[in-house]
Amino acid sequence: MTAVQKAADDPVLQIKGLCVALAGRGGKQLLRDVDIEVKAGEITCVVGESGSGKSLTAYSVMGLLDPESLRCTGGEIMIEGENVLTATPRRLRELRATSMSLIFQEPMTALNPVERIGDQIEEVLEIHCSDDARTRRRRILEMLEAVHLPDPKRIFDSYPHQLSGGQRQRVIICMALILNPKLLIADEPTTALDVSTQKQILALIRELQQKFNTAVLFITHDFGVVVDVADNVVVMNQGEVVEAGPRDTILRTPRNDYTRMLVSSVPSLVPRSRKSVTEDVVLSITGLSKTFVRRRLLRPTTVVEAAVDCDLTLHRSEILGIVGQSGSGKSTLARCIIGLETPSAGRIVLAGEELVNARGNAFRERFQRIQMVFQDPYRSLNPRVRVGESIIEGPTNFGVPRTVAMQRAKGLMELVDLPVSALDRFPHQFSGGQRQRISIARALMMEPEVLVADEAVSALDVSVQARILKLLESIRVETGVGLLFITHDLRVAAEICDRVIVMNKGRVVEHGSAEAVLVHPRDPYTRALIDAAPGRHWDFRNFRPL
Amino acid sequence: MSSLEESGPARYEDAAPPGAKAVLRAAVTSIPAWLAAAVMICVVAMAISAPLIATASPTAIAPAERLLGPTSTHFLGTDALGRDTFSRIVYGSRLSLTVGAGVTLFSVGIGLIIGVFAGYFRAFDMVVMRAMDGLMAIPGILLAIALIALTGASLTTVLVAITVPEIPRVVRLVRGVILNVRSEAFVEAAITLGSRTRRILWRHLIPSTVAPLTVQATFIFASAILTESTLSFLGAGLPSEIPSWGNMMADGRMYFQLKPGLVFFPGFALAMTLLSVNILGDVLRDRLDPKMEKRT
Repeated sequence: MTAVQKAADDPVLQIKGLCVALAGRGGKQLLRDVDIEVKAGEITCVVGESGSGKSLTAYSVMGLLDPESLRCTGGEIMIEGENVLTATPRRLRELRATSMSLIFQEPMTALNPVERIGDQIEEVLEIHCSDDARTRRRRILEMLEAVHLPDPKRIFDSYPHQLSGGQRQRVIICMALILNPKLLIADEPTTALDVSTQKQILALIRELQQKFNTAVLFITHDFGVVVDVADNVVVMNQGEVVEAGPRDTILRTPRNDYTRMLVSSVPSLVPRSRKSVTEDVVLSITGLSKTFVRRRLLRPTTVVEAAVDCDLTLHRSEILGIVGQSGSGKSTLARCIIGLETPSAGRIVLAGEELVNARGNAFRERFQRIQMVFQDPYRSLNPRVRVGESIIEGPTNFGVPRTVAMQRAKGLMELVDLPVSALDRFPHQFSGGQRQRISIARALMMEPEVLVADEAVSALDVSVQARILKLLESIRVETGVGLLFITHDLRVAAEICDRVIVMNKGRVVEHGSAEAVLVHPRDPYTRALIDAAPGRHWDFRNFRPL
Repeated sequence: MSSLEESGPARYEDAAPPGAKAVLRAAVTSIPAWLAAAVMICVVAMAISAPLIATASPTAIAPAERLLGPTSTHFLGTDALGRDTFSRIVYGSRLSLTVGAGVTLFSVGIGLIIGVFAGYFRAFDMVVMRAMDGLMAIPGILLAIALIALTGASLTTVLVAITVPEIPRVVRLVRGVILNVRSEAFVEAAITLGSRTRRILWRHLIPSTVAPLTVQATFIFASAILTESTLSFLGAGLPSEIPSWGNMMADGRMYFQLKPGLVFFPGFALAMTLLSVNILGDVLRDRLDPKMEKRT
């Protein structure tokens, strides 16, 4: 083997036996013996659920651990043969951007809002190389071009708020790659973006990585993304690497039980065929519109049409999915139905009775029949109130005696698979999945006819998500409640919904059975949405490509 | 499987027990807080048991013993009318603490009610907040002097005069917290559970204001004591025979070069009390503010 070949085969990044613990004597170990290798021209995906230590690994490589609270207790991180952990702060600064760079998750906050894009990128060049101003500008414009931003000269002089989320992420990628680093670390770079933008950004990272022969350490929780970008996969759980190998090996024949469980928890994009629900209609909505009008002094009034002329019907014990990207109006529709927003026009009929938006008691009455589960289980429970008190709040508002309500709450705890003792504890003593179970129990306490779930599983890890979906399914069977399930995730919709409606820019663009919509979409928007879903060619449940 | 359910981001409760160095550092940094607490306990004890501690009546005039230096019967000397300085300082703490506590109680109480209404009922907001802005535009001490000039000096008018300018600050604070919390998902959840407005306010909104209000209360307490002394010093407060630290300094001003203690001793009592209250306020803020808590 020649020296040149050997150099090419040497990994750019080599993490050996990395251990990180909370600072202080006997601090809890957060990372144990992590080994990861990334070679030039390869993308290695680190996957794991929240708390698995994947982001911590990325931050260790960049030397960004907060020494006040975290410390490295062992191992080494070699970048091209140089140990980052023992590097001086000065050397570390030199290495950043030239040898390694980082793309953050949140494109909204990673850029300085008061500085022009061009100036922010220029700062990197000013610090690390001796180019004159003309050359710097030329290099920046070239790089803006390379990340496919339209009209680089205009972008150069723009402020971050003038760009969309996807454009900002392109700017950050441009900034990260302008000095052609050997290693790029991407920490969930597409998690905050819509699927269609995500698809473009993933394609861009692939393209640039091949063009510059960069080694990429790609942190993600989404197996769909893994299928689309990874060469190698490292699966992490609770601070340890449980399995590592080439992508196809991990996805087809995972050896570790945890990996198997994780991969098979990812719902398929292809819905099972289901019998259509033939029960009575419980909720029907006709011509519902919601317009937000903002009147301002001396400035033109802004009008946002969040929902336009939406129709839908929901049967008893049916799960109807509402899918769409952010800003499509699906949440507004849900909030109008539950009554948190007053619709501008349209009729909402619940079991033959029109819901009015009168204030006072007539308005409160509806909540005995229609309930909601919120997106973020960390914010939808009052942290100062015991779980039991939170759960019985609804019934006691409508005159059910406390003891009767508590009795019902105990029964429901069993239904949502939590111990009865949970009632005496506070929300912070529970994990996200458990809190979402509590929220579901709280909604079911009212024995509603319709349950609105607004992105109820979006904030949860995939294995927890799978269990919550199972729970919702069993609740539908047991209680016959009609479920309105709002989600941006087509896989989740395919997994649980009988029928699906697709929304775009406030309008319903397609509706039908889950199979009809997701397998044979008619509307071009639906088709684009399905096409953009990451990993759509892989059947995770059966460990094989579709 | 159940262990997976428990997985989540590292919590700070998991942090290790601190080492000896950290314990020492914590002990050293908490010294001012302990001193402040000790001073406050002394002042409160002094106010409660003033008749027991004082060596003479604070208002008894003894022309023969005027402008004495410290003696065995008069620890801190006497003033121009022969009144015992030590006893007057002891009785003065009663007035200071009464004014501090009274103003804090009333301004927090009234401010909380107005703030909750302004924050929750949007229709009120415009009107109430403009009125508060108007009040804040007038310097507090001027407003107090004007109010006292209109009604004459008594404990009640002094209390009212100091309370009124403090209210807008409390209202702003409470309104801000309420506005923040009312958009939280758990408040929306309470609405969808059919909770009445009263229950939403009591159970879900007002508890969030307790921590910031407690901290604000300590600062109001200190500022009220200071304002009362200022009013007395300017002659706009209580009549000068009533022992108050501000009155004593005003009286002693004439003899400052002869007997600096007449200004120094009440001034020292005032300064120590204010410093202690403010330090305790800082400690409370660090304890109650969730952001500060995370950093330690």
